[in-house]
Amino acid sequence: MADVVVEQGRLARTASPRKRASLRNAMGRKSTVAFFLTLPLILLIALLVLYPAFYSVYLATLNKAMTKFVGLSNFTFLFKRETFWMVVRQSCIFAITAVVFKALIGFIVAHFVHNIPGKKQRKWRGMLLVPWVIPPAMSTLAWLWLFDPSYSAFNYTLSFFGVGPIPWLGDTFWARFSVILVNVWYGAPFFLIMYLAALKSVPDQLYEAAAIDGANWWQKIWHITLPMMRNIIAITTLFSLIVTFANFDIVRILTSGGPLDRTHLFATWAFQVGIQSSDIPLGACVSLFMVPILAVAAVFILRDVNKRGNEA
Amino acid sequence: MSRKTLTRRQFVAATAMSSTALIAAPYVRGAYAAGKLSIGFWDHWVPGANDASTALVKEWGEKEKVEVSIDYITSNNKKIELTAAAEAQAKSGHDILQMPSWWPHAYSENLEPLNDVMEPLIKQNGEVNDTVKYLGQSGGKWLAVPATPGSQIKGPCSRIDLIKKHAGIDVQEMYPAGSPPKDDNWTLETFLKAAEACQKAGFPFGIGLGETTDSVDTAGAIFQSFGAELVNAKGDVTVKTDAVRQALEFYKKLIAVLPTDAPSWDDASNNKWLISGRGAMIMNPPSAWAVAKRDAPQVAEQCWTHGFPAGPKGRFAPFLPYFWGVWSFGKNKEAAKSLLVHLSSPAAIEKFVAVSGGYDLPAYANMTKFKTWAEEGPPKGTLFHYPDPYHRQTLSIAASPAPPKIAQQIYFQATLTKMALRFAQGEKLETALAWAEGECEGFMRT
Repeated sequence: MADVVVEQGRLARTASPRKRASLRNAMGRKSTVAFFLTLPLILLIALLVLYPAFYSVYLATLNKAMTKFVGLSNFTFLFKRETFWMVVRQSCIFAITAVVFKALIGFIVAHFVHNIPGKKQRKWRGMLLVPWVIPPAMSTLAWLWLFDPSYSAFNYTLSFFGVGPIPWLGDTFWARFSVILVNVWYGAPFFLIMYLAALKSVPDQLYEAAAIDGANWWQKIWHITLPMMRNIIAITTLFSLIVTFANFDIVRILTSGGPLDRTHLFATWAFQVGIQSSDIPLGACVSLFMVPILAVAAVFILRDVNKRGNEA
Repeated sequence: MSRKTLTRRQFVAATAMSSTALIAAPYVRGAYAAGKLSIGFWDHWVPGANDASTALVKEWGEKEKVEVSIDYITSNNKKIELTAAAEAQAKSGHDILQMPSWWPHAYSENLEPLNDVMEPLIKQNGEVNDTVKYLGQSGGKWLAVPATPGSQIKGPCSRIDLIKKHAGIDVQEMYPAGSPPKDDNWTLETFLKAAEACQKAGFPFGIGLGETTDSVDTAGAIFQSFGAELVNAKGDVTVKTDAVRQALEFYKKLIAVLPTDAPSWDDASNNKWLISGRGAMIMNPPSAWAVAKRDAPQVAEQCWTHGFPAGPKGRFAPFLPYFWGVWSFGKNKEAAKSLLVHLSSPAAIEKFVAVSGGYDLPAYANMTKFKTWAEEGPPKGTLFHYPDPYHRQTLSIAASPAPPKIAQQIYFQATLTKMALRFAQGEKLETALAWAEGECEGFMRT
């Protein structure tokens, strides 16, 4: 019995320096250092993203007066509302149309810029990025003045050609067109810069080999450029889809969701229901409804990217 | 000579008692003792108007020995509503917060009852109108005190020249400065004919059909003029009534002669419409006129603010009061109440009206004839009838008399303007009514 105690004591004594050594090793590892360096950011994200996200889930389960737990009944209430389904439809139309046009314009312009030689390319790159670097709340105000009912610069210009005046924000079709247009204007430079970076990483030898084989420009794009850019296209599309679905400022400033709620997105309608109508739980429900849609999109796109990554 | 010695025990006891008294003192003090008070006021758009609030608060703070801090919060992009929501959630923030019309009810559970402030104020300043009671009271409890800064009537602001020329109406004769109005013929029928004539002449009335307050307020007054209520005071949905149908038929005729992009108008659009010289009338407090005075004096000289046209059920004018609320979780409630009494004194109210150039309206019946409204110009007397000095109108708010928590949703979801627009854009009357009924049923959620 006494032997065992002595043995245990010895074991305990020898374990301590070993522990210290392993701690020193752990601290010396690159991954540990990296973890500690990113810890402030992780804490910041936890504080500013995770906490509000879980808090909004909690809010979504309360009644309107926020006095009792009602489970999922706020969601079931929403599903019965005609306006809610209209907002779902509109958010999808808005996000998909805007992302398609942003990607298309970004792709085409990236090719133009890619073909501009040296110094000039830098200037063009800088100029084309301007819409993306101006805070959208500010640039959208400028667009609001361009669309203004009394002083619209667009209508003034169109009047010289005997066209208009067009009710840019007063008619359902034109209002939708206008908010999508501004979103495309703001977001296309992001696609442009990402696609430009991707284009630069495509080896010239591939194009040279294709040219020797007699490939035309379309065949080069279809068989070389697009396959080489697939991952970038998928990730930028996903990222832009998330940001566009969650858009608030452009619609809020241009139309506030009108006319007749026909330009409302999840975020603007959530604001109207939650803050303006003092129904915070229902507003939280509306904003949370974006999560499953975006999660499904993210799973599909990222799975595809992963698959191609493994193939490579 | 006797000498009293202090034992160690006595010293400890005396120290403990003095410390307790010092710590407890702030919690039992009256409004006249020192302390701190934090206030969130609406950031007035009139240059210099905030200075009046600052001066009044400072004057009170010095007298009462209270350290005061003021934040001026803009109403742009619903900053005040966001602040109120955040403070109510956090149960922390300003002691006094100025809030727009519907917010006292929205946060009734978090507001300190102010009957002890309001009852003496009503005795001092006169009765308040029914809209102030509807928005500021709940079950006999005053939730907040009506604030003069920011409170407004959104009545017609007409172009004297254009209305006279194209509609044959002399608004100055109908609403003479310094005398009671001769408004018997100023009805919704006359108003519609004038709107049609001015539109024909190329100067349509600038009435919005959007989702912001100016559009909703005008719709509210017109619906009330027909006795049309979407939800009654008991909380029953009353959309499918003849009164609502009549109001919609009227609105359809009116929409036909409004600017084509009126559905997208916000609260700035009507101001711009008037100042651009393209419209013969808008529904607004004198802010548009005040901006015109600076930017387009030739337009301002032709503006006349007056009463609303009467409908079959009376003459209603949109009234939007601001309120000062005291949070129940505030740290210095007694001092807050004392300050609200000071800010609601006749002298303070007159000062608010004067510095805002007549824009701010007191909620009290005895305070509608200050010299500011009689003297402001050009043209002199343009604001005389703005505060409804002869009490010819029922000051109301859209969506009333529905219970305020339901009415707030009808108001901010712009159900009235949307319903009118749906009908005017070709939807069948019964379909538009069914849509509005469905919306109102959704607003009943508790």
